[in-house]
Amino acid sequence: MNPNYLWLIPVLPFAGFLINGTLGRKLARPAVAGIALLFTAIPALLVAWLWSTMLSTGALTMSVTSRSWITVPGFHVNFAFAVDHLTLIMLAVVTGVGFLIHIYSAGYMAHEEGYWRFFAYLNLFMFFMLVLVLAANFLLLFVGWEGVGLASYLLIGFYFTKDSAANAGKKAFVVNRIGDFGFLLAMFLIIAHFGSLSFGDVFAAVNAHPAWQGGFLTAIALLLLVGAAGKSAQLPLYVWLPDAMEGPTPVSALIHAATMVTAGVYMVCRTHVIFDRSPLALSVVAIIGAATAIFAATIGMVQHDIKRVLAYSTVSQLGYMFLGCGVAAYSAAVFHLMTHAFFKALLFLAAGSVIHALSGEQDMRLMGGLKKRIPVTYWTMTAGVIAIAGIPPLAGFFSKDEILYRTFAFEANPMLGKLLWAVGLLTAGLTSFYMFRLWYKTFAGEERFDEAHLGQAHAVVHADEHPAGHDEGQDTSHQGHHGVHESPWIMLAPLCILALLSIIGGWIGIPQALGGSNHFEHFLDPVFAATTHAENAVNADQVSHSMELVLAAVSVLVALIGWFVARIFYLKKPGTLGARFGNSALYKLVANKYWVDEAYDATIVQPTVIGSRILLWGFVENVLVNGSGFVSAAITRLFASVTRKMQSGNIRSYAGWLAVGAAIILIAMTASALHIH
Amino acid sequence: MHLDQSILSLIVFTPLVGAVVLALLPDRGKLQPAAALIVTLLTFLFTLHLPAHWHSIPAGTYNFELDRVWIASPNIHYHVGVDGLSMWLLVLSGLLAPLGVLASWNAIASRRKLFYTLFLLQQVSMLGVFVSLDLFLYYAFWEMALVPMTILIATFGRTDNRRRAALKYFLYAFIPSALLLVGMLWIYNGTHTFDVPTLTYLAATHQIPGSAQALWLASLAFLIAFAVKVPVFPLHGWLSEGIQEAPTAAVMVLAGKLGLYSILRFSFGIFPEQSHRIAPLMIALGAIGIVYGALLAYLQNDLKKLAAYSTLGHLSFITLGIFTFTAMGVDGGMYQILNHGISGGALFLLMGLLYERYGTYDMRALGGLAKVLPWIVTMFVITALSNVGLPMLNSFVGEFLILAGSMRTAFSAHAVLWCVIATTGVILSAAYLLSMIQRVFYGALGTRSREVQPIDLNLREHVTLWPLMILFLAMGIGSTYWMRSLHPLATAYSSAADVPPLKNPIVHVEAETYVPVNGGQR
Repeated sequence: MNPNYLWLIPVLPFAGFLINGTLGRKLARPAVAGIALLFTAIPALLVAWLWSTMLSTGALTMSVTSRSWITVPGFHVNFAFAVDHLTLIMLAVVTGVGFLIHIYSAGYMAHEEGYWRFFAYLNLFMFFMLVLVLAANFLLLFVGWEGVGLASYLLIGFYFTKDSAANAGKKAFVVNRIGDFGFLLAMFLIIAHFGSLSFGDVFAAVNAHPAWQGGFLTAIALLLLVGAAGKSAQLPLYVWLPDAMEGPTPVSALIHAATMVTAGVYMVCRTHVIFDRSPLALSVVAIIGAATAIFAATIGMVQHDIKRVLAYSTVSQLGYMFLGCGVAAYSAAVFHLMTHAFFKALLFLAAGSVIHALSGEQDMRLMGGLKKRIPVTYWTMTAGVIAIAGIPPLAGFFSKDEILYRTFAFEANPMLGKLLWAVGLLTAGLTSFYMFRLWYKTFAGEERFDEAHLGQAHAVVHADEHPAGHDEGQDTSHQGHHGVHESPWIMLAPLCILALLSIIGGWIGIPQALGGSNHFEHFLDPVFAATTHAENAVNADQVSHSMELVLAAVSVLVALIGWFVARIFYLKKPGTLGARFGNSALYKLVANKYWVDEAYDATIVQPTVIGSRILLWGFVENVLVNGSGFVSAAITRLFASVTRKMQSGNIRSYAGWLAVGAAIILIAMTASALHIH
Repeated sequence: MHLDQSILSLIVFTPLVGAVVLALLPDRGKLQPAAALIVTLLTFLFTLHLPAHWHSIPAGTYNFELDRVWIASPNIHYHVGVDGLSMWLLVLSGLLAPLGVLASWNAIASRRKLFYTLFLLQQVSMLGVFVSLDLFLYYAFWEMALVPMTILIATFGRTDNRRRAALKYFLYAFIPSALLLVGMLWIYNGTHTFDVPTLTYLAATHQIPGSAQALWLASLAFLIAFAVKVPVFPLHGWLSEGIQEAPTAAVMVLAGKLGLYSILRFSFGIFPEQSHRIAPLMIALGAIGIVYGALLAYLQNDLKKLAAYSTLGHLSFITLGIFTFTAMGVDGGMYQILNHGISGGALFLLMGLLYERYGTYDMRALGGLAKVLPWIVTMFVITALSNVGLPMLNSFVGEFLILAGSMRTAFSAHAVLWCVIATTGVILSAAYLLSMIQRVFYGALGTRSREVQPIDLNLREHVTLWPLMILFLAMGIGSTYWMRSLHPLATAYSSAADVPPLKNPIVHVEAETYVPVNGGQR
């Protein structure tokens, strides 16, 4: 394949964005969806072509550099793309999952106002995401990085007449900007030390200097981590992601589960050369990952909104990926990134189908018994739940277990490894619990919704959420019958494909201990080679295959326990858990999400605003800055009030002033004359 | 006379002739704005001659130069010429003027003759500042810029506070300008020339007579006058009220360009060492100004006030950049002057459009407009994103270079600290601009937005805004086109610390124009 075709991969969705963004308002809905799908399908085909090239030649590295973007004396940045095996996987995930979600959206959004706007934004997102994974330098990666943030802002705020949606969009952008602040500083440091932002130059320089350990590389790595934590919703910057659920559900699936939020993981993997040189930074990555994983999982256990459960689950799973990166198991992290893209996209889309069936209801307390009513959604979602719970042989088991095993075997800091492994294991149990809780509450038990009033209730309660979406006569599926209904096949088909991927997607990475050959890890060897081989050599000595088997068995057992507990409390004896713990302080703490949003508001936002208002606005601006103006004005006025007296209009006084002036000049002349002589 | 020699004079004096013509024409219907539009478009056309016939030149030399003796004694020349920076500033001013006229088309409904005549005079003085290579000529244009702007604010201001705002603007600008004049005369007294290339050469070779202390004071006289005009924090007392009162067309050219250009040309050119000496302070003020402007912008309920503090923040970025004396910082700073012209200009234009429709700048009375004004919200969001510094749009290139330069500067002991503080600006600017978008356009309809029949952009407004939107993207992606002619100056100022600049190119200029006058001592 001609490397110049790489440009087409991101540029085509951008063309779709421009067409739908400018003309979409006047186009028919099928035309809008058709354009958006076409400009996503062609890049997907191009990526497939890349894969076939790669498979026929066995390896693939490809790069293309265009003209200069920024040039100043002594520094330049080009428009440059590069493809290696890591990028290939990301490209496949982004275009593949992206295309499926585009199809689903055509059905899901069919009745929404602003259909064209939605697809224009979705294509814009694809453009920036593809730039992000194709970029061959930090700055172009940053373009994609900020760009996906913009698309996310626009799509979260899609229902902008609703205050909560507008707030959530703004919050997402601003919190992401805190991360970008770190990313920018990292880039400034890189420029200061390397004089270049090209991945090739920087990594080659690091590789050429084995003596560089820690020091400025730690600073760069930690700043990059700030950026990654913002984008991938890690502690302490995760707060925007749960609120981002205000966006339409396909957006939650594509941007806030499968692709954009994994950009931080991708970035850490991409820059692993820098992280490898800083054990401190790696430990921080691992600790943040593990802490986020368990923290978010506990919140996920007590949420009632089906999308929020999935949102906290996403934060938690991203934590696993960071944990993997932190123990230098990059390929395991990418593996989990991929399987997570499959099963989390599936879960969100299935949740969307549930919400669609209930005409907009998202509260699980008002669901239940849907198993028979929406069977396709039920069965596909079941695949997703088992996959994320980590039960073999579905995808989530293999990728999550790989991370846990590598954490356990983390030789750089064995104590830390064991500790983080325990945290990860506990999280796995919690994950299984809250996912089966969601499953039971949604599909099992009695029907807790009022079918007769679903349509009306939706029209009233969610009138804000879907502005004018359901009040037009064009509605064909919602309005026609208010009852619970299975979604159309345009939505179910992507569900089925993703369900299949969630089941078999993990089989490409079955470890040797379980009789596989871990194709996935070997595939990524060219990217992570240096790290992986060193690790493998050590691991082989330290932890035997039998140990790996034992660990796998333990995590399966933990997942089953989680399922079992959920089964007791949400199928057999529903309500007992709530009755027992509903009023405890611990429950309230978790149910209120540890009061983190409130704490940030009270310790950072409000002090800044109030401080600015009192100190900066009240004192500096209005007293010092403007006051100095007043003082000078007052001096001028004082001076003027004296000199004004000269202008009395009285001829005698003028004559007097004349005489005084003449006398002064005479004296001055005499004095200077005396001086000269 | 060859066009390349006369083109600058043509650019400067076309609006002057236009102003005279407007003054003679009757104030009837749309005659005045139509005539002003023709004049400004013609001027813009002339400025486009410059990039089209540009020759790349080393620092310290100028294209399209014309040097005639104006007054033999004192030695004052009509000396005009442009380098990359002043060329692009001319083109920018040329572009903004017709857009300003279009923006005033309906907004100025009475005393049109006065408005457009003053507007063109303001244009003359601004263009004159950018072409002048003789200090005295420059000072004439510099002071002349003050008068039409003051009258514009005092006459066409929005509220009853306009006279006060105009007076404040005048005093803030005028008093330091008096110091500037003293500084200039002191320089002339020592060198007997007002010629800027010559003075730059003398400065670079340490030939400007005077004690270190005197030179320091003279440099401060220059810098303070310019810093007030920029304005640099905390000398921005006039800015907020001036921006609130001035009509859209005037506000687009009120701040930034003149002062920053003057710092780059005169403070850096004539006082290189003194500028290095004060750099740590200016870097600190720049970084503080960024944060200060953004925080105050966040507090405002009035769109124009918000834009005023946003302007302060953006100009502080440029101040920070140019005083780093790194190639990245100076280049980025100069590029950012252009960017601020179009991004800030677009922001003011759009706010003006809202004011024309809703009669208020108060965000609390607006809200929910996105649903009824789809084009305006699109333009507003794009402009806000440009101001936020979204990559691929214009301002990102400048801000990125400025901040990267500030990390590397050798002129501040705490460079990293100031860089970190300045970089928080990217968070804060997103916070206040997105809050603004939300308060004006999202949520439920506000009190004013319910009362008024919504009217989206008309053809004239589309024509006004599209050039700026296209430039956002073009200057974000194709920055090299604009920046290559800025490089010589950036290189000169960044390497000034080690290498004495401008040795060779200046020699023939000296031979031609620098005639030391020996009558000074007796």
